[in-house]
Amino acid sequence: MPTVHSVLPTLAPLIPEIILSVGVMVLILYGAFRGERSTEGVNVGALILLVLAFFVVIGQAPGTKVTTLSGAFIQDGFAKVMKALVLLGSAAAILLSRDYFQRARIDRFEYPILIVLCTIGMMVMVSANDLIALYLGLELQSLAAYVIASFHRDDLKSTEAGLKYFVLGALSSGMLLYGASLIYGFTGTVSFPGIVSVLNENAGFGIVLGIVFVAAAMAFKMSAVPFHMWTPDVYEGSPTPVTAFFASAPKMAAVAMTVRVFIGALPDVTAIWQQIIVFIAIASMALGSFAAIGQRNIKRLMAYSSIGNIGYALIGLAAGSEEGIRGVVIYMIIYLAMTLGAFAIILSMRRRDEMFESIEDLSGLSRTHPWMAFCLAMMMFSLAGIPPLAGFFAKFYVFAAAIKAGLVVLAVIGVVTSVVGAYYYLRVVRIMYFDEPKAPYEAMPAGSLIVLTLSSIVVILFWLLPSPLVGAAGAAAKSLF
Amino acid sequence: MTAAAAFFYLFAGVAIASGFMVIASRNPVTSVLFLILAFVNAAGLFVLMGAEFLAMILIVVYVGAVAVLFLFVVMMLDVDFAELRNGFQRYLPVGGLIGVVFLIEILLVVGSWTIDPGLVQAPLGNVAAGENMTNTAALGRVLYTEYVYFFQLAGLILLVAMIGAIVLTLRDRPGVKRQNIAVQNARTQATAVETIKVPSRQGVEV
Repeated sequence: MPTVHSVLPTLAPLIPEIILSVGVMVLILYGAFRGERSTEGVNVGALILLVLAFFVVIGQAPGTKVTTLSGAFIQDGFAKVMKALVLLGSAAAILLSRDYFQRARIDRFEYPILIVLCTIGMMVMVSANDLIALYLGLELQSLAAYVIASFHRDDLKSTEAGLKYFVLGALSSGMLLYGASLIYGFTGTVSFPGIVSVLNENAGFGIVLGIVFVAAAMAFKMSAVPFHMWTPDVYEGSPTPVTAFFASAPKMAAVAMTVRVFIGALPDVTAIWQQIIVFIAIASMALGSFAAIGQRNIKRLMAYSSIGNIGYALIGLAAGSEEGIRGVVIYMIIYLAMTLGAFAIILSMRRRDEMFESIEDLSGLSRTHPWMAFCLAMMMFSLAGIPPLAGFFAKFYVFAAAIKAGLVVLAVIGVVTSVVGAYYYLRVVRIMYFDEPKAPYEAMPAGSLIVLTLSSIVVILFWLLPSPLVGAAGAAAKSLF
Repeated sequence: MTAAAAFFYLFAGVAIASGFMVIASRNPVTSVLFLILAFVNAAGLFVLMGAEFLAMILIVVYVGAVAVLFLFVVMMLDVDFAELRNGFQRYLPVGGLIGVVFLIEILLVVGSWTIDPGLVQAPLGNVAAGENMTNTAALGRVLYTEYVYFFQLAGLILLVAMIGAIVLTLRDRPGVKRQNIAVQNARTQATAVETIKVPSRQGVEV
């Protein structure tokens, strides 16, 4: 008769996930009993949960690699860094949402609960060591995301965004499942180490087909070309704090999942997936740069910007080396800071219950709100990749890794498209500094101010002290090889 | 053995007959009831094969939930099935052709089907050979140990689905009168009854 203790799997690596799951259920009960009056409490509770989980993740022993739950869950340096980023993005999504939802009168307690459930899904994705866990995490994340996309359910655009996201997302989940079933069928296992042990360089056609389908689904989740079509519409239609969330935390999880599958499960067939990733990277960078030029809505601009940025991050993955993955992780850290900072400012464009989303509405911001304009200008310079701001270093690391891996053409295309991209980022700066000012906006809400301050510090002062972030990214990349 | 064979023919015969009645009956409610009968008989066949867990799941999920849902939909929506059947004659040739093609394909596939004898021997890898265990216990043993992580995650996904459905559809309608038992119980004679002296031939103001 086995004792209870011997049957129980090792649960120590899962403590952050368990904290979030149990905590979110307590919050649901609290919200269900207290009704709408509980919104403030649930928001604070969710924020505390996310911050607590963040510190537990940060405190996990570095450099160890633990698998548990029959090998479906892996805790390593890479998971640690990406989970920390996911948790920061989710916490920011709650901070940014308070003022907006109160004024839009959709301030309901389900929003923070769905964000936390979504975060659990993303953490499962980041830690997946098995195709089933990967799919379940992805589905948990996506389902919560579909709901919060149409959270403003009386708004036509928001419901449209949710429906569009749901239909296309379900399609991509189907593709992932189809690809996963092919990989399972041709390798006989769903666990990543198992797949590694079975595959060798001359993989059969079935494996290639499976990889193509899985790559397509991942491209959809990262919103990389040619599966990006949903991004501008969903970003524009969703309530702005939700857009800020979509552009931050789920991107971290999607990129982490992609890295985990391609580096963790398919390292011996690099030749097969490298060409897919190279194509996706080039197409994303090009579309992100050229299609953004004509945009007038700043949320759509940010959507194209995120498509382009995923392209740059994928250059590091295409390199397939430890340095490349380090580049990806650094890129995602800096991208998170830039995106959240930009959205904190977009969320502050408000005069008496009216939100402004057009780029023209930023004109003359330097005279009405000099600090806000300065911060947004820094974010835009950084997104354009101008030294010494953080965005320059993000691009520098991935391009350097690509050149070292012999992908010189890819790096050159990256540099060219980032020059094109600089045009529309700098146009925002020109409008803010040289156009006639409009009436001033209201004061920035506290949540946005916190997010903006933190992300500005990372973006502007990264060059003074890059070693902690670069070191963390290096440790993360090392744990995968 | 003969009893088992007799039950097999009983269940199989009724299943086929009720399956036919599902498409043949004119009244959609009768169709759904025949569908339920077909499910119950299929469950009986599973019991004969020794798959008692599958049999119970079939009853609980299909009869208990899905078929009843069908019944609700059929009864609540006013679907005119006679109108739906209007094009039957017209589409019969094409539909029949496709049906025949599928039938031939199934026969081709099943005709050349051989089952690895090893698979029949070891249906569940994790159950120790010779252990006398029902398949409910065997499934539970892997579901709650080896796959407990996936089981819990699936639970969370269902929770999200539930919250999502409520978030997107639950509306507070103003002006709806609800029963409040606490208020009802708190009523006393003083708050509920008023004693009025009625002057003769004048009545009272209500």
